[in-house]
Amino acid sequence: MMLAAPVIAVALTLVVGAVLFTLLGHDGLGAILEIFVKPLFNPYRWQDLLVKAAPLAMIATGLAIGFRANVWNIGAEGQYILGGLAGTGIALATLDMSGGWILPLMLLAGIVGGMAWAAIPAVLKTTLGVNEILSSLMLNYVAIQLLYYLMRGPWKDPMGFNFPQTAMFTADQTLPMVVPGTLIHLGVPLAVAVALTAFFVMTRTITGFQMRVVGLAPKAAAFGGFGAASTVWIALMAGGGLAGFAGILEASGPFGQMVPQFPTGYGYTAIIVAFLGRLNPLGILLAAMVLALTYVGGESAQTTIGLPSAATGVFQAMMLFFLLATDILVRYRVVSGRAAPKTARAPGKAEAEAKSGAKTGETKVVTA
Amino acid sequence: MSLDLLVAILMTIAGAATPLLIAGLGELVVEKSGVLNLGVEGMMLIGAVTGFAVATTTGFPVLGAFAAMVAAALASAIFAVLVLTLMANQVATGLALTIFGTGVSALIGAPFVGITTPTLGTIFPDWLTSTPLLRLVFGHSPLVYLGLLLTLGVWWFLNRSRAGLILRAVGESDTAAHAIGYPVLKVRYLAILFGGAMAGLAGSYYSLVLTPMWAERLTAGRGWIAIALVVFASWRPGRMLAGAYLFGLVITMELQAKAAGFNMFAPEFLAALPYIATIAVLAIISAAKRGSANAPACLGKSFRATA
Amino acid sequence: MFALSRRKLLAAGAAFGLAATSIAPAFAQDGEGKDKVKAAFVYVGPVGDFGWTYAHDQARKCLEKNLGDKVETSYVENVAEGPDAERVIRQLAQDGNDIVFTTSFGFMNPTIKVAKQFPNVKFEHATGYTTGGNDNMGLYNSKFYQGRAVLGTIAAMMSKTGKAGYVASFPIPEVVMGINAFELAAKKVNPDFKTQVVWVNSWYDPAKEADATKALLSQGADVITQHTDSPAPLQAAEEAGAIAFGQAWNMESFAPNAHMTAIVDQWCPYYTKRVQALLDGTWKADNVWLGMAEGEVEMAPFNDKMPADVKAAAQKIVDETKAGTYEVFTGPIKDQSGEVKIPEGEKIPDEDLLKMDWYVEGVQS
Repeated sequence: MMLAAPVIAVALTLVVGAVLFTLLGHDGLGAILEIFVKPLFNPYRWQDLLVKAAPLAMIATGLAIGFRANVWNIGAEGQYILGGLAGTGIALATLDMSGGWILPLMLLAGIVGGMAWAAIPAVLKTTLGVNEILSSLMLNYVAIQLLYYLMRGPWKDPMGFNFPQTAMFTADQTLPMVVPGTLIHLGVPLAVAVALTAFFVMTRTITGFQMRVVGLAPKAAAFGGFGAASTVWIALMAGGGLAGFAGILEASGPFGQMVPQFPTGYGYTAIIVAFLGRLNPLGILLAAMVLALTYVGGESAQTTIGLPSAATGVFQAMMLFFLLATDILVRYRVVSGRAAPKTARAPGKAEAEAKSGAKTGETKVVTA
Repeated sequence: MSLDLLVAILMTIAGAATPLLIAGLGELVVEKSGVLNLGVEGMMLIGAVTGFAVATTTGFPVLGAFAAMVAAALASAIFAVLVLTLMANQVATGLALTIFGTGVSALIGAPFVGITTPTLGTIFPDWLTSTPLLRLVFGHSPLVYLGLLLTLGVWWFLNRSRAGLILRAVGESDTAAHAIGYPVLKVRYLAILFGGAMAGLAGSYYSLVLTPMWAERLTAGRGWIAIALVVFASWRPGRMLAGAYLFGLVITMELQAKAAGFNMFAPEFLAALPYIATIAVLAIISAAKRGSANAPACLGKSFRATA
Repeated sequence: MFALSRRKLLAAGAAFGLAATSIAPAFAQDGEGKDKVKAAFVYVGPVGDFGWTYAHDQARKCLEKNLGDKVETSYVENVAEGPDAERVIRQLAQDGNDIVFTTSFGFMNPTIKVAKQFPNVKFEHATGYTTGGNDNMGLYNSKFYQGRAVLGTIAAMMSKTGKAGYVASFPIPEVVMGINAFELAAKKVNPDFKTQVVWVNSWYDPAKEADATKALLSQGADVITQHTDSPAPLQAAEEAGAIAFGQAWNMESFAPNAHMTAIVDQWCPYYTKRVQALLDGTWKADNVWLGMAEGEVEMAPFNDKMPADVKAAAQKIVDETKAGTYEVFTGPIKDQSGEVKIPEGEKIPDEDLLKMDWYVEGVQS
């Protein structure tokens, strides 16, 4: 059942999407083929998919850690920007220098930048009880304006014809390709590594267990000496750090500079990815590929059958709608299964439990 | 400052504030019932395109405004079914609704690009708008007056009516409300549909009054500002009115200052200001009334009754 | 021809230390023609923006009409500048397109990267300043400022207050140059003419553009012009009984009374010429900045409400620009501080226009 919901959701999206776009006067079946099938049989597109999926997977992994603990960080977009900006700051300061230490320093700065931005909702939540959904959302817009300010003013490339963007990064500031001759940059294996690490931490370590318990049963966790405040901090630092990491990886990789068009909604799309992946890092890797497919395939469908770009958004939204709708199937099973006390002990089942954690945790079950 | 200029400024403020006020009041009611709908921008776009399509095809902008409310309410019904009946996560569903509305409105609107529409302009006879002062009173779109009436209506509903009391109770503690016997889900359904209709109406304000045309992403992110304003207003209709008009004032004065040749602030700072102010307000109200803030306690959480 | 040599110079000195576009080496030509060309277009906005992207897409349709079944076109809209653009451009090259037109400044670096990887595909980038040394990549742009000079003339002749409002997006050279051309032309009619700029910091935000227009009108401007993409400023001007001008496309339908004329982006002649060159086997990397003479910049039909003398004066600018006898950026030109920046009789060279970051006297920004 764990896997059933996403599979059903994707299947429903394909069927309903085909019908809907046929009704709207487009080639519905062709749209499905072009978006979801053909790119998979084109080796070039696989590179595109991996490159597009990497930041989505990395951000979603960080968010999922928080979501499971019932910490609703929707500020990944801003944390992604700040990560990119922090790394860019290092890059601009070291434009005239060389050495292998520059890129690692940039990446570190990216992580710290994302964490710093996420620390704002964390402080507000732990000291004042401010709702993190709202504060982290608002900070996204502040981050975008900060980016615009730096691009227009202090960080503008002096040789760039007054266009609002930074200078190109040097070779020492650019992410290397892991497979020569392809587009696969270092960010791709890093995203996979991060997801695998997160999977291990969440399922096999005490901290991961405590995080899930906080999400499932905050009071029980408090009895166990694991405070809500540390959970909030861990959740937001994981989310912010990974979003910031993804940000600097994108800036130093595919972008190769900082531009005002840097934010493209990855922070929001990653929320879809996190849910589509059922808040499981392994599922997230797969979900990121599916979302990447909608982008890459959507572009193909525009050229081959003239499908408008708006269709991509409609497909993404439908997929999430259907996933959220079919989720209830999973939840019912788990809720009924939770009565059995031993499920929490067995490692294999603990995973299943945790997957539903974020959802059952916020669902109030009331007996009237 | 001449009277003409003052009136022009005040009317621009009302114009900028009204759609935010209307959408914000809708979202305020939704949030008061304990539901967070982040799909305002998507619903506004659906309202904007539907309003425009109906107004241009029928020639009646009023019909367009009604159609906008119906269409956006239908969109909000998708959200309602998902988060209430199917208990889906509200944040994710709301985001999906915004993505959906952006895409669908672009698809519907494609044939309507590049044409204009009869507008929902002033409803009073010409002689009532002949002088600046009269114009200030009678020269607005009917939606501007409606926004003010709605503020009063929502205030009365929440604070003086029994139904409003129930709605607040549901938002404060759904379990307790349920135990007393209030229909939690029904209340939330109605609140979400109301919020949808208001977002749709606000969207149609853009396509039928302020900038009578259709183009993709016409509302340019105003839905998110409306959500911020609800928080800024700390869930009170009166403050929502003040917040929306304050926002309109800041935007208008910024542009007026620029038009008069003053550039005092970095424009980015002013653009970020509403969001910074919202965070500040959030921090203040949370600090002042720790635990008993006006924020609906159940905001964003699903509810399931097992009978 | 055209601005070729000067733009070359410009590219040579360009930012990244890359070599200048080398023009017309033998291998840059196809040598032999084609029976059919597949052309693809990459757009930054939606084709439904009724502005910049809409104009490009109209040109694409016009290209199809002109060349019939000898050309097959496709497009990708709403492409974000950066890695997404690079992916789309590469995808189009891999999919067997013979030529790819990338129509936004932010697509420049992505186009350079992809052009390096696909030497057999031709690339054409609009509004950029360097090809990064690729000889399968051309640059093209239009001298929209020539149209701005026409608008400035009309504005100064029709304004009663002597003040125009300019709704502008971002202070990049393209926009700055347009503002200056407008004011310089207006000043020739009325030496005291003022142009008040309001930056809305967005290419597209109808509500804000409308509000900026209202602010300008209430501060005494009675002519509105814009360098943003939506018809909202026109609509606001129409409502207030002021006059205004369309942007990128004929926007008369939005403001039948206010719309005096518009600068129409006519990319069709260029697209047709370049695809035809590919068909003939004569395509080579170019770097062109075309204007009214080449039919790239056109004025929409003058509104009937325009007085005859204004029409005549506006038409005269158009005719003289086409004939090459009128150039708005001819000295003496003073900057905002009143200092003579360009001496009498001298013209601002193209490479200086393309990085212009100062305003002429009379511009208030």
